[in-house]
Amino acid sequence: MSGGHGHAVRAGAVPASVVSRLDAGVKVVCLVAFLFAVVATPARQVWAFGAHLGLVVLAVVLARMPFGALLRRLALEVPFVAFALALPFLGRAPFHTVLGVELSVPGLWAGWSIMAKATLGVLATAVLAWSTAVAEILVGLEELRMPASLVAIAAFMLRYLDVVAGELRRLQLARLSRADDPRWIWQGRAVAATAGSLFVRSFERGERVHQAMLARGFDGRMPVTTAPTARRWWPALAWPGAAWAVAAVAMAR
Amino acid sequence: MNERAALELRGVTFAYPDGHVALRGVDLTVHAGERVAILGPNGSGKTTLVLHLNGIHSPTAGTVTVEGLAVSGAELREVRRRVGLVFQDPDDQLFMPTVGQDVAFGPANLGLRGAALEARVADALERVGMADCRDRAPHHLSLGQRRRVALATVLSMHPDVLVFDEPSANLDPAARRELADLVVGLAMTTVVVTHDLLYAAELCPRSVLLDDGVVVADGPTLDILRDRELLAAHRLELPRGVALVDW
Repeated sequence: MSGGHGHAVRAGAVPASVVSRLDAGVKVVCLVAFLFAVVATPARQVWAFGAHLGLVVLAVVLARMPFGALLRRLALEVPFVAFALALPFLGRAPFHTVLGVELSVPGLWAGWSIMAKATLGVLATAVLAWSTAVAEILVGLEELRMPASLVAIAAFMLRYLDVVAGELRRLQLARLSRADDPRWIWQGRAVAATAGSLFVRSFERGERVHQAMLARGFDGRMPVTTAPTARRWWPALAWPGAAWAVAAVAMAR
Repeated sequence: MNERAALELRGVTFAYPDGHVALRGVDLTVHAGERVAILGPNGSGKTTLVLHLNGIHSPTAGTVTVEGLAVSGAELREVRRRVGLVFQDPDDQLFMPTVGQDVAFGPANLGLRGAALEARVADALERVGMADCRDRAPHHLSLGQRRRVALATVLSMHPDVLVFDEPSANLDPAARRELADLVVGLAMTTVVVTHDLLYAAELCPRSVLLDDGVVVADGPTLDILRDRELLAAHRLELPRGVALVDW
């Protein structure tokens, strides 16, 4: 793979905004606190989810994120939606009949709960991803005292996603070039061999990367080079704070 | 030329755990300031030899010393600072999310932090002409750029010896020449492992021919490359129609 087409990870410049200038560590804390507030909110307090959505919209506007980009990220949610849609048909009594179809009332509420919470979670995460360079998120996690080896694993995944995807693309092209055209599961032997070959290649690459790291004095511990930044802006916590206030009122009612 | 030995290998023998013997008693001395090419066909033991120069592999028999320092145990960290390895595939070498972080990895392992570390990174990227790519992700650079960044990741450790494994592999002609200009311009003790004979002729006044784990020839590069019988005996040849003249 040469040049730069179709990267798995967006690396381009993050559009400047109030949100993008925030410390990545602060943003991660805000996001996690917001997600917990959403999850803690009782599903039947529908107004509370409207309030949470208002907070997400506020963040989207502050981050100068186009709504189109926001909606595209909702595709992540599709598997959860499929599950949520099944619940009203699988749930217990009491039932509510709509157009002659019996729908479980607890199932409807459970489906609504999953849909609302997952959607808010995906949207809020999308704002973080939009407004923060991935490398900055890793630095933020490091500053938040996340174990260095976990941050390193995340960094490796990020760095090698494109390399491995490129290798997979080359293996597939080579297979298709030799007139392989699998259509049915029992024709998938070559696909399985591709997967195996990709695993072996990745394993060998891992060995070479490790050798290259040793060559530069790596001794098993990742050096922590980020000094804690002074530009933390903790007032940003007011944003998840508002979500928690909503959740608290919803729980009390 | 300073006659102090930058690298000294004596009777270096190495067998992989599966029993395959890759090196069978290699003797080699590289003096400070020299640029030496290690030539050899595929599977001759070139890369295995390179991995001995800073202790990634330890010889089954024989010794490796770097400026008089034994490549083993307590001295390993210092040896790895002194000998900078530039690997064949920059994707193996560049593993951090950004170029700047990767260039900082080596000196950080040596204990540098803060402004001193920043200065090392800036200086190394400047020397390879990649100062404006500091915050970019390695996988968004061209292969030529990645190879130059890989060089910066070892320059930032202030090495005394540079070792390149197949530096010209897969580079387009311009990137190949730019890298050669860069390496010559650095004027450091340099070992270039390659089977690209013309690249060796361009970069290194001296060459060592390695085949089946032993040194079979050692002398001026042009002399070795003009000896067609010697080359043919070890599966090497100049491209058809090429004749070497002195330059």
